[in-house]
Amino acid sequence: MKNRYLKNVATLKLKSDKCTGCGRCIEVCPHQVFVIKEGKSVIVDKDGCMECGACVKNCSFNALDVKPGVGCAYAIIMGWLTGTEPSCDCSDNGSGGCC
Amino acid sequence: MEITNREMKIIHTSTQLTTHDMLGSWKARWGVDRMNFKVEAGLYSVGKPDKSSPVLVTANYKMSFDSLRKELTELDAWILVLDTKGINVWCAAGKGTFGSKELINRMAIVQLEKVVSHRTLILPQLSAPGVSAHEVLKYSGFKVLYGPVEAKDVKAFIHSGMKATAQMRTVSFSVYDRLVLTPVELVSSFKVSLIIFGILFLLNLIGVGPFGLVDFYAYMGAVIIGCVLTPVLLPWIPGRAFAWKGWLVGLIWAVMVNMFNGWPGAPEYGLLRALGYLMILPSASAFYAMNFTGSSTFTSFSGVLKEMRIGVPAISISIFLGIVLIVVNSFI
Repeated sequence: MKNRYLKNVATLKLKSDKCTGCGRCIEVCPHQVFVIKEGKSVIVDKDGCMECGACVKNCSFNALDVKPGVGCAYAIIMGWLTGTEPSCDCSDNGSGGCC
Repeated sequence: MEITNREMKIIHTSTQLTTHDMLGSWKARWGVDRMNFKVEAGLYSVGKPDKSSPVLVTANYKMSFDSLRKELTELDAWILVLDTKGINVWCAAGKGTFGSKELINRMAIVQLEKVVSHRTLILPQLSAPGVSAHEVLKYSGFKVLYGPVEAKDVKAFIHSGMKATAQMRTVSFSVYDRLVLTPVELVSSFKVSLIIFGILFLLNLIGVGPFGLVDFYAYMGAVIIGCVLTPVLLPWIPGRAFAWKGWLVGLIWAVMVNMFNGWPGAPEYGLLRALGYLMILPSASAFYAMNFTGSSTFTSFSGVLKEMRIGVPAISISIFLGIVLIVVNSFI
């Protein structure tokens, strides 16, 4: 059975006019969010996006945008407690599930 | 001007994992010395690679390195290990330690351009959040190919002329994948649990708390539900938010605990305490289940933030009210 997360939250955006249809985003996306239609990439499963930022980082045409972040409650709690941006820094104290 | 040649250091490694390697992975799964489970960064060889052999890049978390090399049987290849501070590929990419800069630097340190005559690197697909393929090409002349998500598909990827199927490109999160992540959740929950037990013990000592065996197994059940059962049953539990899923299973547990103790008749420990369990146990499970978002492969930052904005206050208020009910109950 497929794992699905919350709907209508992902911050992923695609600027179609900048897209050349090179297909890099399809190559790097771990959740098959994109397909190529008529020579351009289109978002077909926005709710599948986990905001990892792989597509943005590898789009040499700057056609993609997302607010990347860690989908980790522990990191967000630590961020709230320490007043910093949530980061995957469990390594400092060795606890928490992520990484 | 005199030009000195730097020595090239290549470490030979095997595709066979030893008992020691496997014991190391097992320990890391249980959180034992997990942050120090690493290999030296640098260039490794498996089989008898030459100038035309493929170069595979990985992290210096030993479990990442081991899971790659064990898939390379009967293959001659180079493994370029980046210094990711002992963190796995995906998390290191998210942090940026498995990134373009470290890759370009590491290639220069091992003098990769002298080791191979081609200009192609195979990176794990999950390193893409940290690596910018076009930048690596621009600054190093090496072309980045993103290989499959999982090391087990790397051989098929190479043999098919560097083509990954859609399935190789998708992250799965099977029952087994989730199960192996639960020990570390359980171990990290123990620290919180010990603090809670300490407080309850002190309350007992000063005569406020009537805490005993029922509280102990009720709470431990809630922990196991949040850390193990909910993760394992994840896609089958209705709803989407992890905290909600944990709460739902925790609620069943809270009802069960009350039934063990006399429901639907009057529970031995009084109605207020029974209500207290209904407030506390599902919330505790919800909290631990929510923490599993960090181990999952499909939760987004925006999503986790949304569930926490509702979940954290709800969990806190519910646990607080539950404690009040139990303490009041003990004075009746």
